[in-house]
Amino acid sequence: MIEFFNLPILINHYLILSSLIFLLGVIGIFLNRKNVISILMSIELILLGVNINFIAFSYFSSDLTGQIFSLFILTVAAAEAAIGLAILVVYFRNKGTIDVKDINVLKG
Amino acid sequence: MYNLIIFLPLIGAVLSWILGNRFSSIPTYIVSISCLFLSMIISWIAFYDIAILKNDFEGASLPWINSGEFRALWEFNFDTLSCVMFLVVNTVSAMVHLYSVGYMSHDKSKARFMAYLSFFTFAMLMLVSSNNLLQLFFGWEGVGVASYLLIGFWYNKKSATSAAVKAFLVNRVGDLGFILGLIFVYTYFDTIMFERIFELAPSMMDVSIVVFDNKLNVIELSCFLLFIGAMGKSAQLFLHTWLPDAMEGPTPVSALIHAATMVTAGVFMVCKLSPLFEYAPNVLTFITLIGALTALFASTIALTQFDIKRVIAYSTCSQLGYMFFAVGLSAYPAAMFHLTTHAFFKALLFLGAGSVIHGLSNEQDMRKMGGCFKKLPVTYILIWIGSLALAGIPFFAGYYSKDMILEVAFASDSQIGYFAFICGCLAAVLTAFYSWRLIYLTFHGDFKGNKSTYDKIHESPLVMLLPLFILAFGAVFSGWFFKEMFIGVNWDYFWSNSIFILTGNDAIYKAHSVPKWVKLLPIVLAIIGISIATVFYVLIPDLPSRVSKAFRVLYTLFYNKWYFDEIYNYLFVKPIKIFSVFCWNIIDKKIIDGIGPNGISSKVFSLSKISSKIHTGYVYHYSFSMFIGLALLTLILLYNLQVN
Repeated sequence: MIEFFNLPILINHYLILSSLIFLLGVIGIFLNRKNVISILMSIELILLGVNINFIAFSYFSSDLTGQIFSLFILTVAAAEAAIGLAILVVYFRNKGTIDVKDINVLKG
Repeated sequence: MYNLIIFLPLIGAVLSWILGNRFSSIPTYIVSISCLFLSMIISWIAFYDIAILKNDFEGASLPWINSGEFRALWEFNFDTLSCVMFLVVNTVSAMVHLYSVGYMSHDKSKARFMAYLSFFTFAMLMLVSSNNLLQLFFGWEGVGVASYLLIGFWYNKKSATSAAVKAFLVNRVGDLGFILGLIFVYTYFDTIMFERIFELAPSMMDVSIVVFDNKLNVIELSCFLLFIGAMGKSAQLFLHTWLPDAMEGPTPVSALIHAATMVTAGVFMVCKLSPLFEYAPNVLTFITLIGALTALFASTIALTQFDIKRVIAYSTCSQLGYMFFAVGLSAYPAAMFHLTTHAFFKALLFLGAGSVIHGLSNEQDMRKMGGCFKKLPVTYILIWIGSLALAGIPFFAGYYSKDMILEVAFASDSQIGYFAFICGCLAAVLTAFYSWRLIYLTFHGDFKGNKSTYDKIHESPLVMLLPLFILAFGAVFSGWFFKEMFIGVNWDYFWSNSIFILTGNDAIYKAHSVPKWVKLLPIVLAIIGISIATVFYVLIPDLPSRVSKAFRVLYTLFYNKWYFDEIYNYLFVKPIKIFSVFCWNIIDKKIIDGIGPNGISSKVFSLSKISSKIHTGYVYHYSFSMFIGLALLTLILLYNLQVN
């Protein structure tokens, strides 16, 4: 049992932490008006929050499957970040900007 | 084998259409003309075999409509009446096909023309060979379509297309009568087969229906309706307005359709249905009245017209009137006889006029002709022959038939008969007058057109003259040749059971024993007419204008065709036009389109305009809405979990 100043750390602490990180990511996405890189970073945060959930549940229910999943998510997140950054580079070359305000071609 | 008579022209039409699109005009000519000539020869053989030798021939019979109680077959009937019509139709049609090679030589769409002509012939043969009312109607409409297509053949000319539409629409009025008659006959006789109808006709004599407290005899009513159809097709008074306008088509068409064959379909139909019409004495009286009036009325208009083809067109109208009053007096053989001879000499006259028009580079106005007989000697002689036959000079074809009709009218010994006799006699004088007026204006005197046109006048090529010779042969000898068979003493043997005359309607029997002066009268009348024309247009050339000034009112009335077109325009065309414009602008465009397709589409458009505003294109708006949605979904789920 992991302890913190003699207090046991229970699963709900982990869940609160993970949901805080998740919300941080989500709010980061839709409050961000500046550039796309921070959107990517926010997505990474969301994935991190999910990972913490997985590992916490895996630890408390002594089931390794969750940790394996978290490894998968890390790989996918790395790949996704790489692709996202590549798209960003190409986009910057074409448009000369990565401001979110200017990315509105889909406007109705 | 005789079935080929009907189908060869169809094969010719289809093949010439296909060939004409692929190759030059030569194969088209070869195919369509050889089909028609073959058909003509077979129909001569059929005439000899069936009409003269009285051999029976069972025509083909194919299934058509088989719906519940109603049954209709494609059946081909080969009796004397049909064989006479085969002979007339195919001979004239073959001649016209041959003539068209020359006449249409400058035209671009020769193959289309040949295909239409052959198709017309096919439809006409379907009409005359039918064995039931529905097939008759099929042919009836088929010739109508072909006539429409051929009148409007030069579709670049506005006058031609509107004439075609007019012909179609006026015929529609008649056809409505025909359809109603057909339905009527089917309702009360329960069959459309001619044999059954004729068998039942005597027993239906006293059957009547009550319409608005009026008792109407079933046979009288259905015959009347069918006769309305005949009036439309045969251009009788009140429904005649389309025929003169139909002259906008090429001249061979006028000769074939609007002189020799299609317009006589009405006469043929009444003759074919004689076993039914015989039981409708009031309708027969009506037919006589209409026929007699048409004969006189049309010839008065022909006196004053200047378009060479219109003169002949009104003459056709008037001759059809003769045929109808012969039919109305139960002298069906006399009507059929006049139909046959008329087909030859009127086709000759039309094709002769076509030869003049062709020679004068498409000039139709007789005021711009004159003195052409030196340049067109052969045509001149041929038109003389045609006119002699039309006027009824002895030993030409028209003499025998017209004489017979007038004798019948005199011999019928009834008020309506005498009325028809007087109308016919007056019309005979006028006929001779306008025929010779045409000859004098066209061929005699000084040329009144351009000098350059006069120099270019040329006689038609042999391919156009050859059919004219054959038709001229018919115009001279057909009367003499067919006289004994058609209206001789043994006419009822010749017509056998294809024509039926009720005992008592014996005008045709008595016609042989009329006084001498009645027999001689037509000749005298014709000579009077010719002499008046000679005086008017050769001896005292300024007399016509003086006379037309003296009888100003009458002349204007005749010249403007009794104002029939204007009256119809005022009575029918204008109100319908106003009504149609109302329907188009208000009902169709505003109400139906406004609420229907246009309304819905414009609503969809404006709504989608609004909804597209939601799409701002910013990622954070989309993600925000996704988040809100997710939150709402989660709330609902949680709420549901708690409730359960």
